[in-house]
Amino acid sequence: MAKQKLELARRQTAALLHCDPKEIVFLSGGTEADNLAILGTVRTHPAARKHVITTAIEHPAVLNPCRELEREGVDVTYAAVGSDGIVDPEDIRRALRPETVLISVMHANNELGTIQPIQKISQIAREANVLLHVDGVQAAGKTPVDVKALGIDLYSISGHKLYAPKGIGALYVKSGTRLSPIQFGGKHERERRPGTENVPGAVALGAAAARSSVELNEESSRLAALRDRLENGILSSVPSSGVNGAHSLRTPNTTNLYFDGLEGESLVISLDLKGFAVSSGSACSSGAVEPSHVLIAIGLPRERARASLRFSLGQSNNEEQVDALISAVAESVAQLRKLSPTYTASV
Amino acid sequence: MSGGVDSSVVAGMLHRRGLAIVGLTMQLWNQRRLPELTSESGPTGRCCSLDDVYDARYVAQHLGIPYYVVNFEQRFEEQVVKPFIDEYLAGRTPIPCTLCNNFIKFDQFLDMAAGVGAEMIATGHYARISRDNSTGRYQMRKSVDAAKDQTYFLFGLEQQQLARTLFPLGEFTKPQVRELARELGLPVAEKPDSQEICFVPNGDYAGFIDAYFREQGITPEHTRGEILDREGHVLGEHLGVHHFTVGQRRGLRIAAGEPLYVIATEPASQRVIVGRNEDLLRARLIANDVNWISIPPIAAPVRAQVKIRNKHLAAWATLYPADAPKRIEVHFDEPQRAVTPGQGAVFYDGDLVLGGGWIE
Repeated sequence: MAKQKLELARRQTAALLHCDPKEIVFLSGGTEADNLAILGTVRTHPAARKHVITTAIEHPAVLNPCRELEREGVDVTYAAVGSDGIVDPEDIRRALRPETVLISVMHANNELGTIQPIQKISQIAREANVLLHVDGVQAAGKTPVDVKALGIDLYSISGHKLYAPKGIGALYVKSGTRLSPIQFGGKHERERRPGTENVPGAVALGAAAARSSVELNEESSRLAALRDRLENGILSSVPSSGVNGAHSLRTPNTTNLYFDGLEGESLVISLDLKGFAVSSGSACSSGAVEPSHVLIAIGLPRERARASLRFSLGQSNNEEQVDALISAVAESVAQLRKLSPTYTASV
Repeated sequence: MSGGVDSSVVAGMLHRRGLAIVGLTMQLWNQRRLPELTSESGPTGRCCSLDDVYDARYVAQHLGIPYYVVNFEQRFEEQVVKPFIDEYLAGRTPIPCTLCNNFIKFDQFLDMAAGVGAEMIATGHYARISRDNSTGRYQMRKSVDAAKDQTYFLFGLEQQQLARTLFPLGEFTKPQVRELARELGLPVAEKPDSQEICFVPNGDYAGFIDAYFREQGITPEHTRGEILDREGHVLGEHLGVHHFTVGQRRGLRIAAGEPLYVIATEPASQRVIVGRNEDLLRARLIANDVNWISIPPIAAPVRAQVKIRNKHLAAWATLYPADAPKRIEVHFDEPQRAVTPGQGAVFYDGDLVLGGGWIE
């Protein structure tokens, strides 16, 4: 019974990504998917010298396995990106070496929403006979994903981005890809990921994927309209503000804005007290705070990186909330700037 | 909210009074930055550990108030940690807690609070603020609990800061505060107090400075020097003037007929001067950058009780306005032991805090 439900979920997830069900591995989330994709392919590659190419704007769930590989003797190139938040496929091509075994590039960046040129990078990977992994955590459910048409070998997704619960994710592994498990035990998930499957999680992910497949286009249009309304509303009522990654192709739900002359952290608190949950550009965890590596990678000066906020919209958001948020932002920014020693109102 | 019982009780008391309050923890120093200082077992530096944040958050959750963590690391390093080290290197003994009060707690934090719409800030300091209704001047008094009184560290607070600050614990003794914590059902009611400088694990300030230097690429070779007596005889060697403070006896490693104490350090020549106990007595000192709290700046001599260290029994003195504004000459009735440059000289009239400055 559980097995039947699990396999239905697998079919539903496969349908979202346009792949074969047997190419889906269920696991605990986007982080585990990225770890399995990267460590599972590189470690098992037979070559003595290995090289991996990734980008500077990846999520820590990609960057940290790469750093771990470096500690294991693998060379890693972290390709830079432009101020538009997009990696140039030619930079990936130029970084190729005879010993390159894997390229890992995210589909959409989580902080900026910028969509990477996966099609072109896929072509480069196939011509060089190198595996391509794509972290699709921020893209699945927001933009159509066809892993076959894109010609990629590995694709990570995360359940809670699709409104399934936290604690479930999936990795697409193209048939024939050489991948060994990174945790050891029984023979679950075609021996790729031992451990009793999270059946309720997988069932929820499958249902979420099925719903997303149906609603994606309409919901994307709705979100894009809301996001544009929010963005235009803020930019027109708040001086010295702007969009990070402005003119690039982006997922429809995200906008990353800077507000010069204040601390982003204070603005997050001010908005939270008014009932709006947004996130700041810094990763604050375990007592150490650095401005976002993504914002630094696109060339923002530190002060501006610290003055940036990410606004993400979703299924529960509507126009009324967006308009209320625009007013709240204008009010909070004005209040913070009044007290800021560094901000002087521009004419 | 530091995660300690004092600030937790403040949150609880004010919440009970029906005030709209927001709890904030300031992230001031990354405990893991100088890894050689954190020991596997035993106490580590108390400020801003992740455990303290969890405690503070738990208290906030228990009370049902909004709670945030704010990061002031950069400014704390610039305004507190670096001056702390520079003072030691200059042969003085700093009080980082006063710098933190002046530049972080009652400055950056106060501004941030105002920025998000708060009218006042409240802390767990043991001190009292009141207003003289005839003059409109804010005054500060010692706390009711003399042993816990923290006014020594607050001499830098100015009128506009006092106007927006609440010290609810000033009227209570520590045992009463703990009792309140239990009554409020706070999870931290029995948590022990932290005693030391918050960013220095185990009170080993010299070890902290050495570790910070290593991080910056400075080695003991750069800082070693000679220990001399007042006549200029070389008695021994040391690894850095920052290991010593006026009045210190330990760490000299000199065999002598009688106990020797640090009289002064000369950072320019990297020398430490030692002498006998009597040599530590001084009848006068100059306080600079003086801040007046409960009374306006004085134009004529004034009698006061003066503390030259937190754990010093305030001694009677006469305060004289000196040559320059914000400088005061203090003439003690009796010579005082180990007057230490870099410490605060805080002037009291009973429990009224008149003001204070930095010992030159």
